[in-house]
Amino acid sequence: MTYTLQFRDVFASWEYLLQGVVTTLYLSSIVIIFGFLIGVICAAGRIYANRVLRMVIGGYVEAIRNTPLLVQLFIVFFGLPGFGLRFDATTAAVITFTVNLGAYSTEIVRAGLQSIPRAQIEAGFALGLSGPQVFRYVILSPALKMMFPALASQFILLMLATSIASQISVNDLFHAASIIQSRTFRDFEVYLVVGVLYLALALIFRVAFALIYKLAFGRR
Amino acid sequence: MSLLEIENVTKTYDALTVLTDVSLLVETGEIIAIIGRSGSGKSTLLRCINGLESIQAGRIVIDGVEVNDPGTDLRKLRQQVGIVFQGFNLFPHLSVCRNITLAPTVTKGIAEADARELAREALVSVGLEDKIDAYPDQLSGGQQQRVAIARSLAMQPKLMLFDEITSALDPELTGEVLRVLEEMSRTGMTMVLVTHEMGFARRFGSRVVFMHEGRVWEQGPAADTLGKPKTKELETFLNAVLH
Ligand SMILES: Nc1ncnc2c1ncn2[C@@H]1O[C@H](COP(=O)(O)OP(=O)(O)OP(=O)(O)O)[C@@H](O)[C@H]1O
Ligand SMILES: [Mg+2]
Repeated sequence: MTYTLQFRDVFASWEYLLQGVVTTLYLSSIVIIFGFLIGVICAAGRIYANRVLRMVIGGYVEAIRNTPLLVQLFIVFFGLPGFGLRFDATTAAVITFTVNLGAYSTEIVRAGLQSIPRAQIEAGFALGLSGPQVFRYVILSPALKMMFPALASQFILLMLATSIASQISVNDLFHAASIIQSRTFRDFEVYLVVGVLYLALALIFRVAFALIYKLAFGRR
Repeated sequence: MSLLEIENVTKTYDALTVLTDVSLLVETGEIIAIIGRSGSGKSTLLRCINGLESIQAGRIVIDGVEVNDPGTDLRKLRQQVGIVFQGFNLFPHLSVCRNITLAPTVTKGIAEADARELAREALVSVGLEDKIDAYPDQLSGGQQQRVAIARSLAMQPKLMLFDEITSALDPELTGEVLRVLEEMSRTGMTMVLVTHEMGFARRFGSRVVFMHEGRVWEQGPAADTLGKPKTKELETFLNAVLH
């Protein structure tokens, strides 16, 4: 028995695919921006804040990093309405992924912040910089530069993981695949095409991150 | 009034007393060489002068401003007291220019364009104007140390502190850094330097201060103090470093 590849039916539904790509791109971008901000704030908090706050942040990071993303998503989408917090599917997905990425970013940024030698921090103070100025120019900036590759990888992992949002029927790329599959029964072709589209998205993000790195940290 | 007045300063880390009743007056334009064995408190004294460390007793006054007064704006004070460390401590992610201009731009609000000129002038004084766009990892140790000096000079300090700034350098590079100090001494800059370079201390130090066990053990004009030590401890120390 031979199987003939047949992509025509899959590409006939290109509007679904496009819609899916746009949703995944937009969802991931929002999540990356806010997840990163949470990461920076919580990383700083985990190092410099008082004991109670440090413990709260530590609890958040560990809770998120040690439970499945799908469980987190279902808690937000199906669980929270029980407490009167009801979100539409996309909002629930954005919240879950942002909170999730925030926890992972916190750990990465924290490692970066802690890797800055004391002597450099002291040199900053000795030049008359204030605490916040030292944090921004002497600690955060080189820490982000150093941790940028790790952060970029985490962001791309997150983008790929957003495919589980289809489980709560967010019309992302993976959701588009499911729809096309149920119409055409061309499983292999559908998932191959969608796989390639995810790959393309990942490459787009990589190029974008490389540009951001050059702009923010490149040597002139 | 002396530029720097250190009066009966005591510094402790928990149970460990590192400085005991240290007093020292430094006049404008003086070059003070602090010498002493490892662990005698030389670095700690410098760090207390610009408020990187707190003191438990006594007073340190710079140009009339008391370092340990809680009301003192330490940031303002540090802008007038440069310190250069043994390990250079340049910011590795910033160019030479930005290393130098960071503090002037963010603390004094100097415009980027003027700041670059400031960096250039500071680099001229350490003979490195061609390195303005280099990064620290592209420089030799001696060049990095000269950039660190330029970075402090760009803040136009009244007082410069140097903590064994040539100890991490081989003799050739030590020479180039010492020449920069020599040059600075001609401009009348007030300097307090912890050093193992006895030759330099003798030639350029207006005064030598020998520290021992956290105290100012002996001090006096450079040539006399190094040539005819009054205390046994200084004699032992000099014998150890000179032979
Ligand atoms: N942060 C600290 N906590 C506790 N003890 C310290 C600290 N910094 C310095 N000390 C101690 O203070 C004493 C004096 O140290 P300091 O660094 O001032 O000596 P030094 O004269 O500069 O020595 P060296 O020539 O080796 O640089 C030492 O016994 C040292 O162990
Ligand atoms: Mg020392």
